[in-house]
Amino acid sequence: MTDLLIIPIIKMLVIFGVCLFFVAYTTWIERKALGHFQLRYGPMRVGYHGLLQPLADAVKNFFKEEVVPDNADRAVFLMAPVISISFAVMLLAVIPFGPAMTIFGKRIDLYLANPSIGILFILGLATIGSYGTILGGWSSGNKYGYMGGLRASAMIISYELSLAFAVLSIIMVTGSFSLVDMVAAQQHFWDWNIFREPVAFLVFMISGIAELNRTPFDMPEAESELCCGYNIEYSSMKFSLFFLAEYTHLFVFASLVTTLFLGGWHGPVLPGLVWFFVKTFAVIFVCIWIRATIPRLRYDKVMKLEWKFLLPVALANVIATGVVVALLG
Amino acid sequence: MEIEKALIALSTECPDLGLKRADRHGMPEITVSLESFPQVMKTLRALGFDMLSDVVGIDRMPRPVRFDVIYLLMAMEDFSRLAVKVEVAQDREVPSVSGIWNSANWGEREVFDLLGIGFSGHPDLRRILMWENFEGHPLRKDFPLEGKDFDKPFDTETIKDYF
Amino acid sequence: MSESKTVTLNMGPHHPATHGVLRVVLELDGETIVNATPVIGYLHRGIEKICESRTYQQILPLTDRLDYSAASANNLGYCVAVEKLLGIEVPKRAQYLRVIMAEFARIMGHHLWLGTHALDIGAMTVIFYAFRDREMIMAMNEEIAGYRLTPSFIRIGGVAYEATDDFIAKVRKFVAWFPKALEGYHQLLTDNKIWTTRTMNIGKISAEEAINHGLTGPSLRGSGVAYDVRKAFPYSSYGDFDFKIPIGENGDVYDRYLVRMEEFKQSIAIIAQAIENLPSGPVMTDNPLVASPSQPEVQTDISALIRRFMVNAKGTPVPSGELYSAVEGAKGELGFYLVGDGSEQPYRLKIRSSCFYLASALPRLLVGHMVADAIAIIGSLDVVLGEIDR
Repeated sequence: MTDLLIIPIIKMLVIFGVCLFFVAYTTWIERKALGHFQLRYGPMRVGYHGLLQPLADAVKNFFKEEVVPDNADRAVFLMAPVISISFAVMLLAVIPFGPAMTIFGKRIDLYLANPSIGILFILGLATIGSYGTILGGWSSGNKYGYMGGLRASAMIISYELSLAFAVLSIIMVTGSFSLVDMVAAQQHFWDWNIFREPVAFLVFMISGIAELNRTPFDMPEAESELCCGYNIEYSSMKFSLFFLAEYTHLFVFASLVTTLFLGGWHGPVLPGLVWFFVKTFAVIFVCIWIRATIPRLRYDKVMKLEWKFLLPVALANVIATGVVVALLG
Repeated sequence: MEIEKALIALSTECPDLGLKRADRHGMPEITVSLESFPQVMKTLRALGFDMLSDVVGIDRMPRPVRFDVIYLLMAMEDFSRLAVKVEVAQDREVPSVSGIWNSANWGEREVFDLLGIGFSGHPDLRRILMWENFEGHPLRKDFPLEGKDFDKPFDTETIKDYF
Repeated sequence: MSESKTVTLNMGPHHPATHGVLRVVLELDGETIVNATPVIGYLHRGIEKICESRTYQQILPLTDRLDYSAASANNLGYCVAVEKLLGIEVPKRAQYLRVIMAEFARIMGHHLWLGTHALDIGAMTVIFYAFRDREMIMAMNEEIAGYRLTPSFIRIGGVAYEATDDFIAKVRKFVAWFPKALEGYHQLLTDNKIWTTRTMNIGKISAEEAINHGLTGPSLRGSGVAYDVRKAFPYSSYGDFDFKIPIGENGDVYDRYLVRMEEFKQSIAIIAQAIENLPSGPVMTDNPLVASPSQPEVQTDISALIRRFMVNAKGTPVPSGELYSAVEGAKGELGFYLVGDGSEQPYRLKIRSSCFYLASALPRLLVGHMVADAIAIIGSLDVVLGEIDR
């Protein structure tokens, strides 16, 4: 009874609670880091160096007026952020945060589920989550939102391919679809997949950032062209759900990079859990750094980059990995 | 370009232009009749005045021929300027030169909008700074400075958009 | 059979990338622009009409509000026009101070352009670096004139105040420091691959077409025409300074970018020369119709008191006559067609706005490009709506 029901429920609450806390603080880190990149401080007023800012934002958004435009498709309009956030949060279920722990004599694994197809689960759900973006843009009854939604659908479909191919070469190296097995296979520093599959790492980083709609691929929400694109008509909690979903995706992406390429929780001296979050936030910081430095690509160039460069490279990498794996037995 | 030479060439091209000359603090100005105006402008363009800097409209109200329209030309070859002035009565239209200089398109629209001088042959003669169903022409001297309806609230319902 | 239909997208007047209240109605086929119609007038304040009932001195602050990102250059243009009609000579020291202020204004305008242009294309950090340096110029404006954005420092007949030692020291410091900052901007953008793919071959316009559309300033020079009012019709001692007119080759967004980046350098060179060779002497003409008497004079001499009262309250009578006088503003040729009728108010003041004609070339430049390029092109023309709408 306890093993079947109570422990999973406690784990679920703890993991989602902790993760959403980290997601909220990812927004704080982004604003702080961007601020310091840009010769300013970022949030400073709410709490010590703005530490309570995410909380204040949540409270503010919670009490703001809900606005639904007249010419919006009401049902879809309200559903879109829900789709976005729920599928984003579901991704957290399969990420292995650390090695097994023993609490009160019970062995507790630091993940909610370890399906044998863990990585496929993530790829699948992440794509469904993008329906939120597409539907949200389409249903707002706004041309900017509509264009943002169109761009989002085209881009997510395209970049999904190279993302999957990058993952495929990791699967071939590891010989398993399970994320836990992948971490287990990278026990030593020299076993990390970033050294075994550097090309796949680069392809995964680039297409992952594109999937996240972040600069330099933030086509669906290009502030200056589409004035925020798909979420242009969203306000109050609906907007914060989109916002939260976006940062959950960022968090999941960073933990995936950690899991797939950077050896997961493995690391010397410090406990595994700490190593996991250190690596994850390092990846998040790189994403923020890129955002602060690089201009936005144009929509058609983004497509060209995917179909004419990333996808062939990823395919070639899969073939090369296959040959090497076959030769080494 | 030698302005003198240009003017001699101009008077041979269009002999009946009724040329009056003046010097506006270093910038030569010629006044031509409305009839010869299109021919003069075409000739000046061919003579090398390839930029139309601006179109200026002036309301000389008590004067019977009420308006002055001044075209400021410049030759990019040696940066010499020339002003061409036409005098227009209130019920007359100036032949548009937007076919010769693209910049005349908006310049003439502005003069039309603010002074109410018509331009015949203009491709897109609409108001430009004021909204479309605005009444009156603000830069005419008989237009009150505070506006005609300064004491009425601004009514967004009656504003007509261009699209 | 499918029929291709276009979408009308209304960009502005409150779109973040149209730099104020410019509105462009785009007709789109997919994301490609097939037709573009700029709509202006949302910031129309009727400055030309107001000018007809203000004294010449009262008009000066209004000119600040034309191209508010480079206010001193507008002051200079207006003052040069009025002084020509009055026929007065401005003391050499005042002319040099004017040059310093006008070039600072140009740098300020270009800072605003650089920041927003980069922001439009998605490089969000550049604006903060640009504004850090713009802030220094604003501090100098405050030091010398008391106002940061709209100094109104250049007055008819000279400049408002004597330059303080503090101001001169600050200018020297800025001149020494700015090339390093400029290097920083270049590092962020100039060789960036994404930046060049976004800007090269976008919004191309040939020299003949640019002239025909009435383009002036950096946008014309980007197409390879070396027209700069400072060189073509030198005013306010610009002939004394040694500077180059940077020109581009292709007339695309990237060339206009490079031209403006080079203008930063030339402006700072002009300021360096002006501050090093600053002549001594008065900063205001002694023409009694224009200059307000000094404070000690007013306190000891009744006629000076009356004269001050007349200059300030009644204004300066300007002889009748017409003239067109142009200066190089930050955006291009800023001209004033001034008609005086012998009274204290101008009969007519027509402002030749460079941005007005830049905006009129938008349909020509936008058609055939994508929405994302439209933003880049509008940014590269550097239009300021205060000057378009007047």
